[in-house]
Amino acid sequence: MTTVIHTVGQTRNTSGQVKSCSTSLAHVTSSQYLRDKSNLKSRKLTQQSAFALMWLAGSVAVAVLVAIVGYVVWLGAKVITPDFILQPPRGGMAGDGGISYTLLTTFYLVVLTVGIATPLGVAAATYLVEYAGAIRKHRRLWSRLIGIARLGVETLAGVPSIIFGLFGYALFVSALHFGFSLLSATLAGACLILPVIIRTTEEALRAVPNSYREGGLALGATKWQTIWGIVLPTAAPGIITSIVLSVGRVLGETAVFYVTLGGSYRMPTSIMSSGRTLALHVFYLATETHAFDKAMGTAAILVLAIILINLVINLLARRLNRMMKG
Amino acid sequence: MRRSSFWMIGIVLVLALAVGCSPTAAPTTAPTAKPSATTQATAAPTAASPTVAPTAAPTAMTGKFTAAGSTSLQPLAETLSEAYMAANMGVEITIQGGGSGVGVKSAQDGTAELGMVSRDLTDAEKPGLMVYTVARDAVVVIVNQDVSVDGLTKAQVRDIFSGTITNWSEVGGPDKPITVVAREEGSGTRTAFEDMVMGKEAVIVANAILQSSNGAILNTVASTPDSISFLSLGYVDKTVKVLSIDGAEANEVNASSGKYPIVRPLSFISKGDATGAVKAFLDWALGPDGQKIVADQGYIPVK
Amino acid sequence: MAYKSARLMDRGVKGILLAAAFLAVAIVFTIGLFILRQALPAFSQIGVFRLLSGTEWRPSQSIFGLLPMILGSLLVTLGAIVMGVPLALGCAILMAEIAPRSITAVIRPAVQLLGGIPSVVFGLFGMRVLVPLIRQIPVPSNTGFSILAASIVLAVMILPTITTVSEDAIRAVSGDYRDASLALGATKWQTIVGVVLPAARSGIVASVVLGIGRALGETMAMIMVIGNSVIIPQPLNDNPLTILLSQARTLTGNIAVEIGYSSGLQTNALYATGVVLFLLTILINSLAHALVKERAI
Repeated sequence: MTTVIHTVGQTRNTSGQVKSCSTSLAHVTSSQYLRDKSNLKSRKLTQQSAFALMWLAGSVAVAVLVAIVGYVVWLGAKVITPDFILQPPRGGMAGDGGISYTLLTTFYLVVLTVGIATPLGVAAATYLVEYAGAIRKHRRLWSRLIGIARLGVETLAGVPSIIFGLFGYALFVSALHFGFSLLSATLAGACLILPVIIRTTEEALRAVPNSYREGGLALGATKWQTIWGIVLPTAAPGIITSIVLSVGRVLGETAVFYVTLGGSYRMPTSIMSSGRTLALHVFYLATETHAFDKAMGTAAILVLAIILINLVINLLARRLNRMMKG
Repeated sequence: MRRSSFWMIGIVLVLALAVGCSPTAAPTTAPTAKPSATTQATAAPTAASPTVAPTAAPTAMTGKFTAAGSTSLQPLAETLSEAYMAANMGVEITIQGGGSGVGVKSAQDGTAELGMVSRDLTDAEKPGLMVYTVARDAVVVIVNQDVSVDGLTKAQVRDIFSGTITNWSEVGGPDKPITVVAREEGSGTRTAFEDMVMGKEAVIVANAILQSSNGAILNTVASTPDSISFLSLGYVDKTVKVLSIDGAEANEVNASSGKYPIVRPLSFISKGDATGAVKAFLDWALGPDGQKIVADQGYIPVK
Repeated sequence: MAYKSARLMDRGVKGILLAAAFLAVAIVFTIGLFILRQALPAFSQIGVFRLLSGTEWRPSQSIFGLLPMILGSLLVTLGAIVMGVPLALGCAILMAEIAPRSITAVIRPAVQLLGGIPSVVFGLFGMRVLVPLIRQIPVPSNTGFSILAASIVLAVMILPTITTVSEDAIRAVSGDYRDASLALGATKWQTIVGVVLPAARSGIVASVVLGIGRALGETMAMIMVIGNSVIIPQPLNDNPLTILLSQARTLTGNIAVEIGYSSGLQTNALYATGVVLFLLTILINSLAHALVKERAI
């Protein structure tokens, strides 16, 4: 008995307050670690070696990150010069030139894709959260349809991106004759991020306390006035997060654009132009040219962009947290 | 505070849409538009611009079309189109890859005005399509730099690719297993290679590393020891070793004389007869200026 | 008057939002249906069974068997799980239970960042570093392009997913459990293994299933490191472990490599590949979903 108390005293420092043990004791009593005093040493030893393994796992994970990102950025930094960024790619096996058109194509594609998917996604999410929820009680069929819609969005969010590429290729490139173009890629890309935007926006809207809505309605505002004036502004950081998240997704996506964008390294002159994004440029440079250094350079820029986006998301999340609390 | 952040999204969205809706207008105002003019000028072979400009100027051809398909024809088509556009400012040609299959498909269904193919059309594909062969191209057998073998017979090549010969020692090299690299099924280069080398019975071994473009083949062979593959002559560079076949070195001279055995056509195809700017471009490509570029780029002129 | 126009606007907006929701959902379902429709000729002309169990894929001779690709996808995923899961779980346990807050504050953003890095960057790393490295293993006809390279790349890619979700699951375990276990004299490690992990089990399993989904769906990085040969992976010599050095092709790679060059039945067969992939991921995601739901209750 003394041993037990002794151990508790030791571990209390690290685990904090001991509270309401009785509720969970049932789960624990079946475990078999109430042994006698003599194995304390060996138990400690097990713990130490196990912890060492966990530390090892953590360090390996971080080491892998540092190794990969470091390798790419280190090699890439050597080719990143103002010229590399401002010169157009010139193609060929040597992968001559810089990435100016690539940056431009990436910018167009991100803006177009997010520009199409965001209004649609936010509007759809708003309906699903603010309006569809209220219907549930009186119309069975309607609520079931909404359930199916939600399931569809949920499912699509987990589907491999090449499926979206396949869809884009079949519908936009072939059936609608858009060819390999910014248009085909934009539409396929919008389909890819639509579920992401709907889901994250839904979450952001759900996080808005109901009291806000009730307050608005009680003041005599219509439902839409309440949504527009209170709910959406409150959820704005969350919605912006979802947009930034989608920007990251489009930046990093390769498979969808590989089968819809065509891969021309030229300057896109219209929405029907073929082109390549940064990620696609990395792929083409790495697999089809000898310009591995430029592939690394382009990848490094891509990684830096992603790091930037991560920072933005973290900032927004922090702000969101503060707003929810305050 | 909350309201302001909400307005921010609004502004971002409006901006996004504004930029998004005018993609044709945006490039001209973007700062990067400038280099485009200069690159086109410099990229155009010097031989083409001065000779072509005067003859083409009176016609003042205008038009906009797309050629899509074979990656084997793509580099040549890009050079040709750049030279042609430099001489005819009103013409805008877009070149897209995709492969010979895409070339046939996009010409048939009108996705592109011109298809590009690097093999003969099959009988099923022929109806309704006009073929304009602008160049011929040798398919060369390449190996990694470390392979000591310099030449093979056509039969040996077939046996290596079909998996009958699996070690370099069987063809006079060191005792090292052969790594076969090939294009994926559907590729024009692969089809041409299969038609001309493999024949009807032999098939390329299943464990061949498959890559989906000429560039990727070159890259893989250059970086994989003991590897062998086949490639369009126009893509070959110093990073790989080209084998002679049946004693004939793979070069333009042997290919045009017929001494080098693996040669295939590179063609533009159109649905029905080409008209307007497309026809003018094809006529130019088949004329002296175009054919000079073909020869300069290491392909075999057809005229 | 103002009230009336506000009401009118209310109703109009509701209509617009409904239309948007309808459109979004329509797109979602169109994608599935469209791919299925494109794949139907392949299913009817080749036969579902022959397509799924065929061991050869030779489009030029109209032979379409997906078994090599299915096995390829499963093997690389298995490899990724074997390598990635212990690492990810270790990392999650470390962050949730062991490491001081200051260290966690460094590891967590690092891991999250790893999750955001585009797959093509991992592919590039795999191609330039892993493949030449693996090529050094002295086994005949080892080219470096291998299931091993693909698995390592995937393991790194799924690490963040599994770590983050597992960590959340572990943190969600009520502190009472830990306190009670510690009060009974268990060491911290015994508490983790005997109480915390079992309580977080369904969340952890869900994280692994999510990782599997991500691994199955990866395309470009796979094309870059796996060799894309259409073969049923086999050991290169007597040692069964050399199966890891075999080349292979994944379902995703099959689509990406061939779709541009395909025509006719081959195109349909590639859509059928998409359908198989689609169904596989839906199966896996609903499994994850069910597990997460179970945990919520």
